[in-house]
Amino acid sequence: MNAMPPISTAAMSERESPTVAALFTGFFKLGLMGFGGVLPLARRMVVEDRRWLSGEEFTELLGLCQFLPGGNIINMSVAIGSKFHGALGALSALLGLIVAPTAIVIGLGVVYDRFSSDPRIEHMFAGLAAAAAGLLLSMAIKIVWPLRKRPVAIAIAAICFVAIAIFSLPLVTTMLVLGAFSILVTWLIEARKNGSRRNADLNAAAGKAESREG
Amino acid sequence: MTATLIALAVIFTQLSLVAFGGGNSILPEMHRQIVDVHHWMTAQEFSALFALAQAAPGPNLMVVPLVGWHIAGWGGLLVTSLAKFGPSSVITYFVVSLWNRFKDKPWRRIVQAGLVPMTAGLVAASAVIITVASVQGWVLGAIAAVSTVVLTRSRIHPLYVLGFGALVGLSGFGQV
Repeated sequence: MNAMPPISTAAMSERESPTVAALFTGFFKLGLMGFGGVLPLARRMVVEDRRWLSGEEFTELLGLCQFLPGGNIINMSVAIGSKFHGALGALSALLGLIVAPTAIVIGLGVVYDRFSSDPRIEHMFAGLAAAAAGLLLSMAIKIVWPLRKRPVAIAIAAICFVAIAIFSLPLVTTMLVLGAFSILVTWLIEARKNGSRRNADLNAAAGKAESREG
Repeated sequence: MTATLIALAVIFTQLSLVAFGGGNSILPEMHRQIVDVHHWMTAQEFSALFALAQAAPGPNLMVVPLVGWHIAGWGGLLVTSLAKFGPSSVITYFVVSLWNRFKDKPWRRIVQAGLVPMTAGLVAASAVIITVASVQGWVLGAIAAVSTVVLTRSRIHPLYVLGFGALVGLSGFGQV
């Protein structure tokens, strides 16, 4: 595989089945490399470097992982592991992914516990925390911004924000009530769009309704 | 101690099952349970641990094992990790074989699209809760603001921004 000529790298259909150990080491490296986003690196490793999956297979599995609860990359490790070696493969990939980051984060925790009473270190962690807050703020902006032309979506996001950040309502309740409502509304909007597509007269009416909504 | 571990197991199992849209959407609930309901730590400590986890490599929510360890030592680390990563992984494991049956069904797309505004609201709530807890005084506010703008407008590696924040913080400038 190392001395493969460039011609056969183009033939992406040639795929390799990883062993259980390879699943562990592959995701172990990913866990160590990714900062603030492992997904782009995961695609490179799984599709381009090791060729465990084709690009389409990867995208399809990612669709599944985004649909289900849990971190995308965590779910991805489980999905890829189980695809090749069932439960053992899933466990191996998942452990590979989280074992090193867990060790590192606990190491940082030990340092924090030991020195957080030192005023200089305390100041340093305060600065770090402020920058981490900025990281979350920019992430929020990037997720909210694409919704700006969808008033219904923005309204639901705003209600969700107020319920959680201001009224501190439990997430499970909010998710069950507002999440279900959001899915229902999405379905109604979708159904209206489809109905209008079938009927030219309705189409014009729906267009008017939509522009009112917008 | 056992009571704490059981409480951690219950909380993180619930979080695992409702973590739609990735890790940061459950940060507010984690914060609410740990700081407001159980008083295991202050809001400042929570945001400091969150910041530490951001400075470590790997998946998004490495704050989970860190919080478990901080509250209840090695047992806490094990319980929170299992409770957070276990249930969602088991679901993924079983659904992956059914995926081909429903991935092209219209309801799949509608459910997924319907959850997007929820994720947006939850991540915005996370951002505000962590910002309120970690920004005291104008210097920390400026660090947060500069980090936000830089990370939104450029493709700079987040680690540089965290390093910048830590260095400005270390200088002690403007902090009591």
